[in-house]
Amino acid sequence: MSNDYGRIARDGLWDNNVVFAQSLALCPLLAVTGTATNGLGLGLASTFVLISSGTLVALLRGIITPEVRIPVFVLIIAVLVTLVDLAMNAWMHDLHKVLGLFIPLIVTNCAILGRAESFASRNRILPAMFDGLMMGFGFTLALVVLGAAREILGSGTLFQGAALMLGESLSFLELSLIPEYRGFLLAVLPPGGFIALGFMLAGKRVLDRWLAERNQETAGEKAIA
Amino acid sequence: MSAIAEPSYRNRVGYQAAILGGFTMVAAAFLVVGNIATRDAIEQRRTEDLLASLSQVIPARIHDNDLLAHPLAIPQGSGKTVTVYRALRGHTVTGVAYRITGQGYGGEIQLILGLNARGEVLGARVLAHAETPGLGDKIEAERDDWILGFEGRSLGSPPIERWAVRKDGGDFDQFSGATITPRTVVGAIKHGLEFFRDHRDTLLASAVIQETPAEGNATQPRLGNRQ
Repeated sequence: MSNDYGRIARDGLWDNNVVFAQSLALCPLLAVTGTATNGLGLGLASTFVLISSGTLVALLRGIITPEVRIPVFVLIIAVLVTLVDLAMNAWMHDLHKVLGLFIPLIVTNCAILGRAESFASRNRILPAMFDGLMMGFGFTLALVVLGAAREILGSGTLFQGAALMLGESLSFLELSLIPEYRGFLLAVLPPGGFIALGFMLAGKRVLDRWLAERNQETAGEKAIA
Repeated sequence: MSAIAEPSYRNRVGYQAAILGGFTMVAAAFLVVGNIATRDAIEQRRTEDLLASLSQVIPARIHDNDLLAHPLAIPQGSGKTVTVYRALRGHTVTGVAYRITGQGYGGEIQLILGLNARGEVLGARVLAHAETPGLGDKIEAERDDWILGFEGRSLGSPPIERWAVRKDGGDFDQFSGATITPRTVVGAIKHGLEFFRDHRDTLLASAVIQETPAEGNATQPRLGNRQ
């Protein structure tokens, strides 16, 4: 069983990562990743929705028939996102001002419907929850890495505004990496997002190939020995 | 899901309809509960936001009232109304603040403008904009003190024909790399000042709050001072 969970974690974080492998959810990804903090905020909100929708779908899969499953899934996701939107507006207002426009976009995040359809509706509650968590972490990872890359290149800072979102105790995260930096506008604008994403996708391919070759070599050496 | 053995009733149309209808009802119930639970908090945050932006353009020393209480609604052409928040000391209007907008490079720029009773700018702040980061966003007070340059200005200072950026022969600096954005802001503030000039009497009419209207005010039924 633990092997199963390991597989789910590996899938979510790397092998089947929402962004790097499935190339889903690019709209919110490119829109908010001007800074690492924004990426983290949207990632956490999406993770919450992924876990809850996975849990609910796995819980209800016994009574939902295949014919009506898509509208029911969409309904569940839309309700969850609306509740997250309302809750953030009420209790995390400063973050909501930054991310407000993108929270409703979580509904259109096909990765969430995709996980409900391809995983949660075929599995029990715990694996579905765990899958949501790992897929969410994978998505958050992509958002934060892309956001950090664009923020460092574009404004020379890292995690700007993190204290606003996570509380004053985490203000040490806010770094000014390059003092007196004049800024590189392209990285902050949407085209910079596409370019950075392209480099990241290419980087993952290269890394995967390198890992596969190394595995083959070690396997070959073992065979010779 | 197809792997699960399905009882025959699940294939009936009625079951499908019941599932969809049931889920819709439960979803609606959740949304109602969520809305009720957050409504007051969200309203509170909105008020705080508005008060925070008002206090940037109306200094605390010139008023002793609640800025949000009893705003004036001034009807404009095309069915819009401008909501004017008034700073009062006693019953005398010492300042007014209202939203102004202009069409910038990346969309609408929303500002809040505060004026004293003589029609001089107490302060102007950008509330929302979509200008180019790094170029046009110097209109934000946090990034550049350009917007502070409007303080103390009025329609006579500089003269009305010089209310423009330098490139257009006016008195206000543009930034290198961005002309449209500062041009929009200057134009919006000029319009805001003209709005004050056109409605001066209404805006400055002595406010009588929670008292019987004085004789002078009774002749101006548009005031909206009364409850």
